[in-house]
Amino acid sequence: MALTLAYLAILVAAVSGLAALPFGTRRRLAQRAVFLLLAASGALAIAAGAWALGAGLEQRGEIALGLPWLHWQMRLDALSGFFYVLIGVVVLAASLYGPGYLREYERAPRPIAVLHLATGIFVAGMLLVVLADDALSFMIAWELMSVASYLLVTFEHERGANRRAGFLYLLMAHVGALAILLAFGVLAAFGGGFTFAQMAAGELTPLWATVAFAFALAGFGAKAGLVPLHAWLPEAHPVAPSHVSALMSGVMLKVAIYGFVRVTYGLIGQYYWGWGLLLLVLGAASALAGVLYAIQQNELKRLLAYSSIENVGIVFLGLGLSLIFLGTGQPVLGTLGLVAALYHAFNHALFKGLLFLGAGAVIMRTHERDLEHMGGLIRRMPVTAGLFLVGSIAISALPPFNGFVSEWLTFQTALRAPVLDGGVETAVLRSLIPLAAAALALTGALAAACFIKAYGIAFLGRPRTRHVARAREVSRGMLAGMALLAGGCLLLGVLPTPVIAALAPLTRLLLDVQLPQATASGWLWLTPVAPSVASYSAPLVAFAIALVFALGYVLFKRRAKPPRYTPAWDCGFGGLTARMQYSSTGFAMPMRRVFAPAWRIEERVETTPGPDALGRPRAIRHALHVLDWSWLKAYVPIGRLVLAAARRIGALQAGSIHTYLVYSFVTLLVLLVVQWLVGAA
Amino acid sequence: MTAHAFLVWALALVQALALAAAAPLLAGWIKRVKCASQNRAAPPLWQPYRDLAKLLRKEVVLAENASWLFRAAPYVVFAATLLAAAAVPVFAVDLPTAAIADVIVIAGFFALARFFTALAGLDIGTAFGGMGSAREMMVGALAEPAMLMAVFTLAMTANSTNVATVVDYVLNAGLVLRPSFLFALLALAMVAVAETGRIPVDNPATHLELTMLHEAMILEYTGRHLALIEWASQIKLAIYAVLVANLFLPWGIAQELAPAALGLGVLAVAAKLAALGAVLVVWETVLAKMRLFRVPQFLGFAFLLALLGVLTFVVLETAGVNA
Repeated sequence: MALTLAYLAILVAAVSGLAALPFGTRRRLAQRAVFLLLAASGALAIAAGAWALGAGLEQRGEIALGLPWLHWQMRLDALSGFFYVLIGVVVLAASLYGPGYLREYERAPRPIAVLHLATGIFVAGMLLVVLADDALSFMIAWELMSVASYLLVTFEHERGANRRAGFLYLLMAHVGALAILLAFGVLAAFGGGFTFAQMAAGELTPLWATVAFAFALAGFGAKAGLVPLHAWLPEAHPVAPSHVSALMSGVMLKVAIYGFVRVTYGLIGQYYWGWGLLLLVLGAASALAGVLYAIQQNELKRLLAYSSIENVGIVFLGLGLSLIFLGTGQPVLGTLGLVAALYHAFNHALFKGLLFLGAGAVIMRTHERDLEHMGGLIRRMPVTAGLFLVGSIAISALPPFNGFVSEWLTFQTALRAPVLDGGVETAVLRSLIPLAAAALALTGALAAACFIKAYGIAFLGRPRTRHVARAREVSRGMLAGMALLAGGCLLLGVLPTPVIAALAPLTRLLLDVQLPQATASGWLWLTPVAPSVASYSAPLVAFAIALVFALGYVLFKRRAKPPRYTPAWDCGFGGLTARMQYSSTGFAMPMRRVFAPAWRIEERVETTPGPDALGRPRAIRHALHVLDWSWLKAYVPIGRLVLAAARRIGALQAGSIHTYLVYSFVTLLVLLVVQWLVGAA
Repeated sequence: MTAHAFLVWALALVQALALAAAAPLLAGWIKRVKCASQNRAAPPLWQPYRDLAKLLRKEVVLAENASWLFRAAPYVVFAATLLAAAAVPVFAVDLPTAAIADVIVIAGFFALARFFTALAGLDIGTAFGGMGSAREMMVGALAEPAMLMAVFTLAMTANSTNVATVVDYVLNAGLVLRPSFLFALLALAMVAVAETGRIPVDNPATHLELTMLHEAMILEYTGRHLALIEWASQIKLAIYAVLVANLFLPWGIAQELAPAALGLGVLAVAAKLAALGAVLVVWETVLAKMRLFRVPQFLGFAFLLALLGVLTFVVLETAGVNA
């Protein structure tokens, strides 16, 4: 039954784009119909996923598509169920948001039907990836997802930058897909077949297991935006329409994480601490690099995209801890790391979805992408501002919201490092794990700085341009979409213990371990290892904050006179203008100075000397470019290498038929010689 | 809920409120010792209470474009600081509020308070507020990991992140000189100086210096809002002092809930805070305020010390620690 619901969710999503057809030119109605179907698909996915996860189901099915000897195998189990819920929630929110948001695109020069069709297939592809139970259907679904999202990235293709971003995205998606295919190839060779059941049964030697793991890491890591392959992500995610950006950053990255978890935990099924160490290093590097680059961005959606790299890094850091503990014979701690990573993946889907939708609302009403031109939106768009604030607090890992819970769990896992005992390698691990915890602590603090900048410059202060000063609040549907995700952020932050209890079927499925201690003290207390080791009571924290607010209201607010409003303090000079506020670039300047080696900074100041005797300059030009090392050191050299190789090979193509005939003749001779040599041997 | 449980919760509440209530006294004490050491006439010990009472009575004056966030921020800051106060064992160890929040959550509360103060600094749209916020976030971003690493050293040694359990562990382990603790103590003390806005990182006594951090962010606050923020920063100072005192020198703290032990606990913590206050005065008197971009070096050093503490522990001292 649950599997039928899951099929239905895919089907409804796939055909949702066609729902616009019967309405012809009545665009509003057409959009309603499309998003209604998409919302239905999201709701169905949530229902199917929650059912599978809650009951710990494992249902298999077969679709009569694909190769004659290999029909598409489908399986809905606790892991797919978890990701079904994740995808469903964000899809539901995006489809509440969509109708209002797309008014923007009504008079666009492009047919909006393409957007609808591609969105539907994109969502269907993601749902199908999670359900696939053999390599063939997995790759087909994966490609559907990638190609459909390419169409979404290049939707506004009249801008050259978007076309370039789209091409880069497509390229990286396929390089990644190739690596995934190779990982499946290794697994299939040992398992004797392409279904996941056969692959899981295969007995891999440690060497080949590591090869498969490396390919899976490269493929899924490229899609998830791990450092140093991340440079495509901040180009591609921000240029899509915002509800699609929310789906790409919020959900598609999680599908990559799903793939990685499925292949590593479900198919390879062997754990080595060396793999975990690699993930730990990559995760910590991604988290730090992502947040440092995010701080320096002035474009709101680019900032959010870089912050996605940070969060994927945190997820991989948790997975790394999990593999280290599993590889050293600590299954309970390994499970704790996995739970922390998956919890963070879910949290990131919620708050990044929320933030991208909020950014879309701001861009729709102000037609500005650049933070330097925003300001004071809290007064013009109060509800959007409130919801964006929830997302900002959650992503900055502050209690009592959800981002804090998952980072807390990751810290708790890392702090168990002293239990590793014996051998030289455990001494190395014992000292490296605290370093990863330090990186995580630094990441959290920098993320708070980053989102104070984003929120403070965009929503607080005074409007920096005229059209921003005239922004209006967005429609109720758009607010409902954001509110759904904000509610999720609060719920997962305040009630972590039931959430972890609900993940028990998942950990039982993958590792045959549960976390009995985590939920032993009742729903109020979260005690991942034991109550004496660490405990956190999010409900009581939330209650206490509410209590202080209520007391403050009773004590002060009700009795006090209404406040008096006066001009802000201007040091007695008068005439404060909006241009005197701190800018986004200015806010990030201390960080730029402290962490200078993290970026390639090109800063130029040109002064034109003035005519007067004091030498006061007539004009000052300041240009600042903060460039990504990954782009400069990885992408550009590889691109140059490929071009050079292509030029060399291109020399063969002389354009003369005689030369080509000589090539054929020489090839024939060489083959004959080879044949002769083989025969002689 | 049994009578005993009720009593324990009530005692925990009393402990938190007592810390909050005594925090201005610590500020007054520090000011008094400072004046005495610098040969100045000192204000009375209860001057901070008078200031708070005056501010609470006064009318609130807001800047013209202050938003709801600006008005809500003082309450959030105060609530977060109060919660942190509730999670720290002050004069008794085994109280249930300590289980609500472990040391990572306490750091989270401080981060939450900082988050809202920094946002409030940006809300009015003056250069002062933005400058304060940007610099405070730089200091905070470097101080928070250093603090977490320092407490992780203790947490790994005691096999727990709950402050009460760590205090219990140190008490029961007896007087053992651990090099890792020494590193952690130094690091935590340096972080505490930075986080509470004292010299050499920030100067709490000035509103005029261009390099000020905390005071720049709250420049536009008046009346009860300012009172709450000032009070919260006094509580924060007291919490850091209690953390340093009770984590590294917990002796005297009440381990059972008998009146005599509790009385001794109160006296012990008061004596320790008075001594720490005097140390802070000496520190602030002999040092000058640093240039802003020297602060990262100061905090980087603290972070390095904390990291050394962790590494010393995991490399040298792990024998005998088991799951």
